[in-house]
Amino acid sequence: MPNGAQPVLDVQGLKTVFKIRGGEVHAVNDVSFDLRPGELLGVVGESGSGKSVTMMSLLGLLPTPPADVRGGTVTFQGQDLLKVDAETLRGVRGGKIGFVFQDPMTSLNPVYNVGMQIMEPLRKHMGMNKKQAAVRAKELLELVGIPDAERRLKDYPHQFSGGMRQRVMIAIALACDPQVLVADEPTTALDVTIQAQILELMKDLQERLGMAVIWITHDLGVVAGIADRVLVMYGGQIVEQAPTRELFRDPQHPYTRALLKTVPRVTGDREERLAIIEGQPPILGEHPSACPFRDRCDVALELCAKQNPPRYDVGNGHDAACFYDARTGGPRDA
Amino acid sequence: MLTYTIRRLFTAIPTLIFISLIIFLLLDMAPGDPTASLPLTIPPEVREQIRQSLGMGEPVHIRYFLWLKQMVWSEPMFYLSQSVSWIDAPDAARLISWQTRAPVLDTVFERIPQTLMVVGLAYVVGVLIALPIGIISAYRQYSVFDQAGTFVSMIGFSIPPFFSGVLMIILFTVMMPNDSFWWFPSIYDTTLIVDSWENFGKQVRQMVLPVMVLALQTTAQISRFMRASMLDNLNQDYVRTARAKGMTESVVVLKHVLRNSMIPVITVIALGIPAIFGGAIITEQIFKVNGIGQLLIVSIQGSDVPMVQTLTFIFAVLIVLFNLIADILYGILDPRIRYD
Repeated sequence: MPNGAQPVLDVQGLKTVFKIRGGEVHAVNDVSFDLRPGELLGVVGESGSGKSVTMMSLLGLLPTPPADVRGGTVTFQGQDLLKVDAETLRGVRGGKIGFVFQDPMTSLNPVYNVGMQIMEPLRKHMGMNKKQAAVRAKELLELVGIPDAERRLKDYPHQFSGGMRQRVMIAIALACDPQVLVADEPTTALDVTIQAQILELMKDLQERLGMAVIWITHDLGVVAGIADRVLVMYGGQIVEQAPTRELFRDPQHPYTRALLKTVPRVTGDREERLAIIEGQPPILGEHPSACPFRDRCDVALELCAKQNPPRYDVGNGHDAACFYDARTGGPRDA
Repeated sequence: MLTYTIRRLFTAIPTLIFISLIIFLLLDMAPGDPTASLPLTIPPEVREQIRQSLGMGEPVHIRYFLWLKQMVWSEPMFYLSQSVSWIDAPDAARLISWQTRAPVLDTVFERIPQTLMVVGLAYVVGVLIALPIGIISAYRQYSVFDQAGTFVSMIGFSIPPFFSGVLMIILFTVMMPNDSFWWFPSIYDTTLIVDSWENFGKQVRQMVLPVMVLALQTTAQISRFMRASMLDNLNQDYVRTARAKGMTESVVVLKHVLRNSMIPVITVIALGIPAIFGGAIITEQIFKVNGIGQLLIVSIQGSDVPMVQTLTFIFAVLIVLFNLIADILYGILDPRIRYD
């Protein structure tokens, strides 16, 4: 552990497969990472790279079938979450690990008022009675910056705007003082101005409550702004992991470098066309035996088609899964 | 909600008047002669006198308004005068059936209990079976249970009661030995008075076959609606949220998903209720239940215009009423719908 602290969440060799008609899709392949206390871990990657599926797999939130978590360990508070019984897992969900999802317009139940929806986990996990839960629910709404909280508890989701609904979702996720908060693209469905408010709110809450946050996004700007450390995912695996500053200063994986080039710049020459990464992300029918990025990679080596590169440590708590060494400009000698 | 309900009740009045007019005109245009079933020995001039005495010599609009006045004023006043002493019975004669010469509404009220007992119970049984089947079928989609449910629904949808009813009679009345527990009577005995446990048992037994035939149809329909509606909701994001909050599967399904799924289903259930009063016309005929449906058939055959007119008008009232009830239930279940 570079920081010396015990991780709150330690994932090793996670593997998730979706069974589909006539085959399988290997959505998460041998993913390992840890989450340190009080850290904000950004997870970036394009659609279909396995970011959300990874986080859903941790708590068994994927529908089974078609999903099947095939292997790995998820250590949280000394227990392997992939092996514990359903009741223990439910105690962790919403109690010790909170979730905020992408689309606040559909993530709340339309037929129950938000007060009931916030009070539900409080009564289940904290053993509160109705009165105590109502008091706490009001505090939570105030915490996430919803004015006139007491009256708003009786309102239904359709009476809130998108940003306000996402605040309600955050209040639900925070209800039981979780050690870990998983935010799955919480700002993607919101207007840019509302995005900024939610980002600020989350960052502020994370600092005040001292929880660890996993922030899934495809927006590198968001990651640069709030994350302490970043995981870059591609084709169901982690291709690069580094502290945020280090990643943006010295990206090692060709995918990360290509990704950073695609970010439009406001300053400089406007004549230049936006960089794109040619090709499509792979749909993996079997466990990858070669680098999933090789077809779109401009520095692919012969070896890349034969073996899936392991994650090489490149110093400063930074690792990249690539046979090509960006620093020397040639194959890595491992 | 209250103002909405009152407004809807008021708008129902012109609707019902219009419906009753259409029914009246249709019946007037329909061929048929109320004296047709009288003996052929009656001379034509007497026949004509009978027609005149039934009011058939009046022009159609006069007859319509007389019927309307009778229906909305005289008959309600008569029933009011029966129940409270300070209202006198109106002078007008009762609305009389051309066939039986008995007051139309008295006959209707005699027939309603049988229909409610048999058809109503079948509906309740059908719905109570259908809802759990729909919920489990959706939750365990493509499981053996779901496949079996789909098969039974297909049977319920595709086999009409005139076939399943007769099949039941053959199986449970004709082929079943008389002393078997599984023998059931095929004829509904209205004269049976439930005054002892033994008679209660008899009453239950004679209801079994018609209730089974009708409940199969209801179950087939409602369970399909319930299943489809549950499937729509089970994949929604809010279900994932509920699971992420650590709710148990029973809370997720029976609290979060069910209430959302019930919204369209409750409309279907409510709108099916007037059909109960419409009586299962065919099933009542098969099992000799002398309910409303059977009354309607006999009245149509006898060209008993006042009876047919009144029965169809009552059905129209019930349909309008239950439409309103369905809309109100909709508003109660779904907070996004507010009528104010």
